[in-house]
Amino acid sequence: MQVQEFLERSAERFPDKAALIAGSRRFTFSDIDAQGNRLANFLSGCGIGDGDRVVVLLDNCPETVISIFGVLKADSVFVVINPSVKADKLAYMINNCRAAALITHSSKWSTALKAAIDSPSLKTVLVAGDTDAILEREDGGGFPFEAHGWDEALGGSKVVTPGSKAIDIDLAALIYTSGTTGHPKGVMLTHLNIVSASTSITAYLENRADDIILNTLPLSFDYGLYQILMAAQFGGTVVLERSFTYPYAVIELLKREKVTGFPIVPTMAAILLQMKELKKERFEHLRYITNTAAALPASHINGLRKIFEGARIYSMYGLTECKRVSYLPPEELDRRPTSVGRGMPNEQVYLVDGDGRMIDEPGVDGELVVRGANVMKGYWELPEETERMLRPGRYPWEKVLYTGDIFRKDEEGFLYFVSRRDDIIKSRGEKVSPKEVENVIYELPDVIEAAVVGVPDEILGESIKAFIVLKRDSELTDKDIISHCMKRLEDFMVPKVVEFKEALDKTSSGKISKKGL
Amino acid sequence: MKQVKEKFRCFIVENFMFGSDNNSFHDDDSFLEKGIIDSTGVLELVSFVEDEFGIDVKDDELVPDNFDSINNLAEYINTKSNVNG
Repeated sequence: MQVQEFLERSAERFPDKAALIAGSRRFTFSDIDAQGNRLANFLSGCGIGDGDRVVVLLDNCPETVISIFGVLKADSVFVVINPSVKADKLAYMINNCRAAALITHSSKWSTALKAAIDSPSLKTVLVAGDTDAILEREDGGGFPFEAHGWDEALGGSKVVTPGSKAIDIDLAALIYTSGTTGHPKGVMLTHLNIVSASTSITAYLENRADDIILNTLPLSFDYGLYQILMAAQFGGTVVLERSFTYPYAVIELLKREKVTGFPIVPTMAAILLQMKELKKERFEHLRYITNTAAALPASHINGLRKIFEGARIYSMYGLTECKRVSYLPPEELDRRPTSVGRGMPNEQVYLVDGDGRMIDEPGVDGELVVRGANVMKGYWELPEETERMLRPGRYPWEKVLYTGDIFRKDEEGFLYFVSRRDDIIKSRGEKVSPKEVENVIYELPDVIEAAVVGVPDEILGESIKAFIVLKRDSELTDKDIISHCMKRLEDFMVPKVVEFKEALDKTSSGKISKKGL
Repeated sequence: MKQVKEKFRCFIVENFMFGSDNNSFHDDDSFLEKGIIDSTGVLELVSFVEDEFGIDVKDDELVPDNFDSINNLAEYINTKSNVNG
């Protein structure tokens, strides 16, 4: 089974059912399937296929969904990137995976062009939106790649389902995730990885074809991406929003579209709970809410239960490297509100001590290890990093995932998060590498030393704080530092607060010590 | 109205305008479309509206029609001020 077959089968069973609702635009399963076919045939016509990577730089919109399935139908690998990424990082990722094509939107053209010019692997760039001004240049100046407008490209391609030569152990997606080294790593996922994870998750969420999911999470994030993939698998509808910026509009949408499933991260819960009049609303159709990416404080859980009476709340934990690890059955929430549950179907999870020995006793801290078909194949072209995370499992042919997170179990085997091994910050549910932010700050010549840490924040979970030592006569202000970061980093990575210091403490080996910051 | 628009323009340039590709934006440009203000940035904008203009922003008033451009913001302030006499 390949991932695009989720869509193809749903299009056969429910051709005229609403698959995707995005603002005033509505698409049936057969609409998405047909557009996906056109895109796939267009890509093949450009010589793209056979495991080629296609980078997708778009906001949450129908074109992103069509791109995901179209790329898969063309036997290629989709790489959906956070839409607020800046040119340098975009170029890094395109070059890192030697992408053959880039799909983007006219509103992102200046970022996309800067990156594309520096990416020799790109053969084709497809641009949605208003492309008149952009494509005119093509005839005059000429780009090192072929640029096409979305409407014209799809309009001129066949709608017949392309034949596929790929099999389920072929790569389907690369999801770039922040790393401690400062450069993002591409998590490699096969069709089998995704089908397995999707099947497990939809089983424990008890998804049905009449589920309607409201997704405000970025599709570049596996949590958001899977809302689309899972809905395609069980034949449900996705109401797609670009962000959670206007919470009241999202509440209205929950009611108007009779949403049954609402995936959130704690930042969204915090924002919702600040709304003064939410208690008066009723959400009779809401069957479940899920939370992952960061822990939901007990106060938030209670707040959500008051507002969304009757909805089941699932606390979950996972990482991009295996999609999801665990979920807490809603009926356990009262008894164990701080647990993230036990492993999901068709998966085994266990804790190991420093010597790699399995820990059976409850209450003992250990590193969480995951075994299952949902575990990634590795990081794209990073054998050392891969070897650290994927280690030999029970049988000679298998690898298990060492998550790098420390947990403990209770008597019934329910898991409780203790701490991360590394110093990754979680802000708004997104991973932020302190080193990546520090590297950007160091680009400013007046900066002598920089240390970036996470600081507890009621809304963001953790907010980002930078401690900086400047050259003696520097006139740089905190706003200058933040402004520089905004130009170079995605929005969730930008420091909220900058503090200048005379000096930073060092460890005995001379490295900057973050203790006490 | 003009003064109100200027106040908002200053606030936005001061607090949000570093990352955009072009530093100029029109009074009717959508903040969302242009990526000028991100999702948690709107909360700062609400605080500014409440502190600077003494307005109590109701839940259902936090919508793009009232907040998503300089013009929309100015209209919103105007309406709320008139209502309050």
